[in-house]
Amino acid sequence: MTQKQHPWMIERLQTIDRRWIFLFMAVAVILPMSFSLTFDEAATPEVKATYQLINELPRGSRVLVSFDFDPPSEPELKPMADSFVRHLCQQKQKIYFMALWPMGQAETLDTVNRVINQEFPSYTYGQDYVMLGFKPGGQGVIQVVVSEIRALYTTDALGTPIDDIPMMQNVKKLNDIDLILNISAGFPGLKEWIQFGADRSGVAIAGGLTAVSAPLLYPYYPKQLKGIIGGLKAAAEYESLLIDGYPEVYTRDSKMFAAIRRMGPQTLAHLVIILFIVVGNICYFTTSRSGGSRLKSLEK
Amino acid sequence: MIVGVVGLLVLFTLFWSMLGHMDGFWVSGSSLGSWFAAFLTLSILSFLYNDNPFYRFAESLFIGVSAAYWIVQGIWTTLIPNILGKLLPHFVNDHLAEVSPATELFDWNWSVAFIQLGLGCMLLWRLAPKGTWIARWPLSLIVGWAAGTNLTRYLVSDFTKQVSPALIPLVATSESGFLGINWLGTLTALVTIFGLLSALIYFFFSVEHKGFFGHISRGGIWILMITFGAAFGYTVMGRVALLVGRMEFLLVDWLQLIQP
Repeated sequence: MTQKQHPWMIERLQTIDRRWIFLFMAVAVILPMSFSLTFDEAATPEVKATYQLINELPRGSRVLVSFDFDPPSEPELKPMADSFVRHLCQQKQKIYFMALWPMGQAETLDTVNRVINQEFPSYTYGQDYVMLGFKPGGQGVIQVVVSEIRALYTTDALGTPIDDIPMMQNVKKLNDIDLILNISAGFPGLKEWIQFGADRSGVAIAGGLTAVSAPLLYPYYPKQLKGIIGGLKAAAEYESLLIDGYPEVYTRDSKMFAAIRRMGPQTLAHLVIILFIVVGNICYFTTSRSGGSRLKSLEK
Repeated sequence: MIVGVVGLLVLFTLFWSMLGHMDGFWVSGSSLGSWFAAFLTLSILSFLYNDNPFYRFAESLFIGVSAAYWIVQGIWTTLIPNILGKLLPHFVNDHLAEVSPATELFDWNWSVAFIQLGLGCMLLWRLAPKGTWIARWPLSLIVGWAAGTNLTRYLVSDFTKQVSPALIPLVATSESGFLGINWLGTLTALVTIFGLLSALIYFFFSVEHKGFFGHISRGGIWILMITFGAAFGYTVMGRVALLVGRMEFLLVDWLQLIQP
């Protein structure tokens, strides 16, 4: 069968060097960054549920926040972590930081320095928040803290004996906590907190996680997992809720909301990917109908 | 041409830093760190053009640093506090790290730590030229513990607790809805039930997938494909977010070309 001659553009696009696509992606990311392009974010029910969960807690409730991620996931998860801590501080909750990932403690310290120390200077260490630090053992750590926190945590991350910390006085086990918030980049993370922590103790749990792992956690929502923030888009939605909830403190132009800022480049990059998928399919079907190469699976 | 472009970029960066728009690497330790981080980021990104020595250097460095980091973490967060700290608490307190000297020679905690040390040594026996079977004993203990703890939790959290949310009314009612029905809720319930049953039937191999059963099974494949598509979409979103993060580092934090 003779092959039909296709328009120059179609032929060219069929054999386009992949590096041009990378260049397009780079431009799609850099341009909106240069012009500070942002979009309005309408919160989805899962994100609203997380926000409401924190909002409806009585003042002074005990919230365990586990930072289970490390620098490679920072662009996605740091905005969530910052927003959680901002919201908890605005609501005057007591925060118990811990980490199941080795770098989680460093991430906690970074958030504490940037958010609590700079924006909430009245928050006092030991009375309003405490850093319990990293413990190795994955889900084993969760299993232990369900029944006895002091079996693992004899001191906080700074080396202070746990019994000398005022806000640890009546906290013996996970049941003494009112809410678990988890920011997770994989294993051990939100799934393990649901399985080994929340489901066993009955303590409510919500969390934020990387977009890659989000689909695996949706089956737990809303019964076992009260709220879910999946990926940068959901983080931006949470930031929007925070701005709407505290208009006297936060504005949309605020430089502190990284997820909203990053959604500009993110959206344009997605549009470029969609454009390339559409163009690729048009080229493919144009050539395949007129005798061009076809996938074997489509021959039948 | 490539050498020329890279050279121009390097010259621009140096010129830009000399003009005071960004911190030169000579300013402080943290700015030197930023420069090195930028160099490694660009080295890794250079693979998009082609494989090259800069990429291989950055990749090897990352692997080496990661391995070293995990070894150091293992020593300081597991070996020293959990084994040495219990076997020789006074020695560890004096020379290595602060641990609670709660153990005495041959007491319960000391004995447990000693057994753990023994099991650890048995596990490492795998590297010995003879008697590698010795490693199977602690390995079987690890597998048994993991299976035992995970089995119960998976059974409860991923099975029994998932059954009741799946048993939802097919028609969702609403006082304000047309005919008293929440149409969107009803559609969601129908899709959920159909998705659940068809995906389960797809994995049910005791009956041949023909006729009605075959049609439902085919629906199950569609549901699975849509799920994989959604998961892949999420993955793309995650990867683009990481790219945006790196670009922010290069253009905002390092070059300071863009104000946040």
